[in-house]
Amino acid sequence: MAVAERRPRVEVLPPVTERIGVLAWLKHNLFSTWYNSLLTVLVLLLLYFTLVPFFEWAVLKATISGTSKADCRFDGACWTLIKVRFGQYLYGLYPADQRWRVNLAFGLLVLAMVPLFLPHMRHRLLYACGLVFLYPPVAYLFFAGGLFGLEVVETPKWGGLFLTLVIAGVGIVTSLPLGVLLALGRRSEMPVIRALSVVFIELVRGVPLVTILFMASVMLPLFLPPGVTIDKLLRALVGVALFSSAYMAEVVRGGLQAIPKGQYEAAMALGLGYWQMMGYIILPQALRLVIPGIVNTFIGLFKDTSLVTIIGLYDLLGMAKLITTDPAWLGRAAESYLFAALGFWIFCFGMSRYSMYVEKVLAAGQRR
Amino acid sequence: MAVVTRPRLRPRARLSLNDPRVRAVLAQLVVLALVLAGAAYLIHNTLLNLERLGVASGFGFLWTTAGFDISQTLIPYDRTYTYGRAFLVGLLNTFYVSIFGIVFATIIGFIIGIARLSSNWLVAKVAAAYIEIIRNVPLLLQLIVWYFVVLGGLPTARNSITLGEGVFLNVRGLFVPKPIFLDGFEWVVVALAVAVIAVILLARWARRRFEQTGQPFPTFRVGLAILLLLPLAAYFLAGSPLEFQYPRHTKFRVTGGLVMLPEFMAMVAGLSIYTAAFIAEIVRAGIEAIPRGQWEAASALGLSRAQTLRLVVVPQALRVIIPPQTSQYLNLTKNSSLGVAIGYPDFFNVAGTINNQTGQAVEVIAITMAVYLSLSLAISAFMNWYNRRMALVER
Repeated sequence: MAVAERRPRVEVLPPVTERIGVLAWLKHNLFSTWYNSLLTVLVLLLLYFTLVPFFEWAVLKATISGTSKADCRFDGACWTLIKVRFGQYLYGLYPADQRWRVNLAFGLLVLAMVPLFLPHMRHRLLYACGLVFLYPPVAYLFFAGGLFGLEVVETPKWGGLFLTLVIAGVGIVTSLPLGVLLALGRRSEMPVIRALSVVFIELVRGVPLVTILFMASVMLPLFLPPGVTIDKLLRALVGVALFSSAYMAEVVRGGLQAIPKGQYEAAMALGLGYWQMMGYIILPQALRLVIPGIVNTFIGLFKDTSLVTIIGLYDLLGMAKLITTDPAWLGRAAESYLFAALGFWIFCFGMSRYSMYVEKVLAAGQRR
Repeated sequence: MAVVTRPRLRPRARLSLNDPRVRAVLAQLVVLALVLAGAAYLIHNTLLNLERLGVASGFGFLWTTAGFDISQTLIPYDRTYTYGRAFLVGLLNTFYVSIFGIVFATIIGFIIGIARLSSNWLVAKVAAAYIEIIRNVPLLLQLIVWYFVVLGGLPTARNSITLGEGVFLNVRGLFVPKPIFLDGFEWVVVALAVAVIAVILLARWARRRFEQTGQPFPTFRVGLAILLLLPLAAYFLAGSPLEFQYPRHTKFRVTGGLVMLPEFMAMVAGLSIYTAAFIAEIVRAGIEAIPRGQWEAASALGLSRAQTLRLVVVPQALRVIIPPQTSQYLNLTKNSSLGVAIGYPDFFNVAGTINNQTGQAVEVIAITMAVYLSLSLAISAFMNWYNRRMALVER
């Protein structure tokens, strides 16, 4: 202490702050060379000729008041449509007096997921697995009804964003475990299992999702014993789950391949069996490596749920399309699709930002 | 009876459930049995169901008359042709839209990807906004908007927009002059083929000479001249064997010429703009993967910025770009099956119609899957070949 005090005091100067004026910034970032200036002017012109008319249409000349098409200006957006039909965009044809069930079920999910984000939660994985197994039946009970005096709501009435979330949720929840199993199968040393996994993954990845959905909707009824019918939504769910698990398998395989051989050998040297080795040593590391890839697959899956429109389900896109065919709102397709696009965009963009955030957090751990 | 056995050096191999090899064999047998049993059950049910529905089986229907029209046919086809021919028409339509889509997606993608890295703040931000908006909205929604909102909002045939000499745009599609090849045009094609071969040989020779002597040769300019002049010369020598049939704009409709259907235009616009957003990110990642040292070393050698890009950065970036690019091309081709939602007669759409007419779901789905699978395999095989050519050759 005494030694330290005898040292001459050196004042630590703050780092030099760089100040750039507006003009200097403009010169540096927009007009540094003649072709940059030209480019800036061209882009400004392009923006002027696209954004200004759009802004005029979507905001200045738009209407949101009133209840019918007649209340809207011809040359402006008619947000009245969205306002009047908002419930259908969210819930499809679900009976209006029963929509609280959907809200309650989603609210329960959010509540149940809170512990997962608490910092010092123990047995997080166990809790998550429990949630994955226990929540779907509860949600199904709420959505479909039929027990405890809840009115039955048939699946053809499910729709809108609600149906999109149901399909995406089922796809996400089933694709991860199935994908992990398929990836392990593909890297297995047992030839039969490896061959089966490879054939399944490549078969599914080689064909478009529409074909899979089409096959699910046409072939599944043929596969079942005569007399057994299968719900249209369930057929779509089977198709989506198969499709996304094949893609997930390839993402997980990337993670498995990135784990050094020494990890496998060390686990075996400790006397761990195959499932112990995978469960405790390899998968936790591999999955962490590929979290961005997993989230990207989820984003793709979320967008792909819109394809169920083709087999006649009314998800957010299907609902938007159905509403454009309503004679009372003819000619207002742009508003309807724009609103649906916004819905998809918010979820996908949110997920991609989350993935970037996770990537950064994980990279911080790697950097040490 | 005491028998003294000699101690064995190795324990006798005995079948035991604790032996991992035994368990592996058992597990595989169980899985195989389950899969086979499941498959047998499904096939059994399918056969029962097909019998109950009275659906014929086998591929005989391919040779019976289709009886439905297809709006866009690249080969002669009408309702009197067979189902097999209809499949072929659909397949060609898929190729057609995919090739256009791939070309435009690549061009737009490269422009946006490079713009994303521009030092110009505005350009970079606009490119980033393009990527973030397009990537996060489902392709199907974009296709539907292109078809029903953008192209559906075009004027009727009577009020066609005239884009130039004999080019009309209306709600029925884009009408352009149709080239008619007269006798003697084959000489132009032959000349073009000869020119291509000549340029390839020239490029090889120039490269070898450059490697041996260091003397550069303006391959690009000379090659371009050969490619242009030789077919042109053949064209005039054969007596200009090419005419255009211009579309005519009469009072209520546009007739003649070559028409690009709105379904086709919507498909090309939607597919290329959507895929371009992904290609842009790939291009950006590829260029960013080149270490700064490469740029600095190139400028230390006295190369200009353009030369650096062409000779140093792009060849290296392409190695990073090509593999993911391949899968984007594949995705685009597979996504062309979404044409069914807007009525573009691609392979999947035609297959759906045939399935509705014949009811032979199993055969139709088998053909569809086989076609898409072989398409996937063909594209990835080609790209692997190209990738091998481009890959780093380590000496």
